[in-house]
Amino acid sequence: MSLGYAGRKITGYRRENGRVGVRNHVLILPLDDISNAACEAVANNIKGTIAIPHAYGRLQFGEDLELHFRTIIGTGSNPNIAACVVIGIEPSWTQRVVDGIAATGKPVEGFSIEQNGDLKTIMNASRSAKEMVHHATEIQREECDISELWISTKCGESDTTTGLGANPTVGNMYDKLLPLGITGCFGETSEITGAEHICRRRAVNEELGERWYRMWKAYQDEVIFAYQTDDLSDSQPTKGNIAGGLTTIEEKALGNLEKIGRTSMYKEILGPAETPNLGEGLYFMDSSSAAAECVTIMAAGGFVIHTFPTGQGNVIGHPIVPVIKITANPRTIRTMCEHIDVDVSGILRNEMTIDQAGDVLIEMICRTANGRNTAAETLGHREFSMTKLYRSA
Amino acid sequence: MAEIPHLLVHNRKDNVGVVVVENLAANTDMLCCITEDNSTFRLTSKLDVPIGHKIALLDLKSGETAIKYGEDIGKIVTDVAKGDHVHTHNCKTKRW
Repeated sequence: MSLGYAGRKITGYRRENGRVGVRNHVLILPLDDISNAACEAVANNIKGTIAIPHAYGRLQFGEDLELHFRTIIGTGSNPNIAACVVIGIEPSWTQRVVDGIAATGKPVEGFSIEQNGDLKTIMNASRSAKEMVHHATEIQREECDISELWISTKCGESDTTTGLGANPTVGNMYDKLLPLGITGCFGETSEITGAEHICRRRAVNEELGERWYRMWKAYQDEVIFAYQTDDLSDSQPTKGNIAGGLTTIEEKALGNLEKIGRTSMYKEILGPAETPNLGEGLYFMDSSSAAAECVTIMAAGGFVIHTFPTGQGNVIGHPIVPVIKITANPRTIRTMCEHIDVDVSGILRNEMTIDQAGDVLIEMICRTANGRNTAAETLGHREFSMTKLYRSA
Repeated sequence: MAEIPHLLVHNRKDNVGVVVVENLAANTDMLCCITEDNSTFRLTSKLDVPIGHKIALLDLKSGETAIKYGEDIGKIVTDVAKGDHVHTHNCKTKRW
């Protein structure tokens, strides 16, 4: 018998746009790769801020550039951010990011380096960041409903225990919390290959399932078959997957889909880093299956907690979104327990049911929302990886 | 405490199961549990098989389909005896 979670309260940061965040970061956000140094200098000057250096932002164009902006603006707009300083090489794209984040109502200010140089930019941005830290540190947590959480999921370094234990645990959480009104997100377009017939049926209606299938097929045709140099046996399953006992992409995909449980259905497809705009419920995000890229664009979509099942032991975190790691593999618990927040290896010993494991995960989600730092946060994992659609000009 | 299972099977239709204990040795009289309905049976392992890896629940001939989660996970490419290790050396995707 599972617990009822209706009306369950957590404490969070209510943002100007009504969304609930579970962290209260002041972000120093580079528009482009060449502004990383200035951002890191500001973050070093002003305690209580975080910079997220990344690799791109120059000479991108078309859909790839739009995704870059969506990712940067979405990250700054995430409810886990209290206030944001943006630094870019030139003013116009910097202002575009500032305007995008300002739409949430939170404090944001932009600085550009050309004709100022790093040192003047760092000084001005540091003064702004200092005021933002004073502002952010006076914001109080308040009581919020569990249904206000946006929770994403993606698994990594999967093995057969992922499909037996950790993924069904996440699925059980979604089956319990989605009916209460949370917003959920799964994705990993490439890793559904082998279970696409099942994922297509998990859409809320046939038309959406058909659209999902066309999106998946387009990925196969335009990316996989266009760029493959041999069969995919070397990358799917990965070496880690194979070491963990996964033999084929079909087996991996069937285990992957366990993350959406038994009853949950997705209501819309999101492009990478897109924010849901149809209200509560489960969304599929068209995303890479690479852990850091996927978590980065889900965070940019506005998700504030990420649940990450692992088998062989992926160590990922994110700079501003707590990544809760779950494993059912007793060897992984034995060898690298410092990375794991939720141990569901009891499922493999028949000591714990999936229903009980789902309850344990929900408790950890509440504790994490309330402020408990995850393993990845305490170990300093701040992976932030942009998804690139094609090479820059 | 009840005996801990050595092998878990997702679905009654499956012809492979997953080793869920470390250091499983050849010739172990394994307790096997089908998670779908919690029913159990016994099977003897033919080899040392690492945790997470699969074991054939019956003799599988080359060309047969490996079934897990009640679904097709690939084709058997060399004959496998009941109790043997099933992995990339004897099972391949049908896709590429």
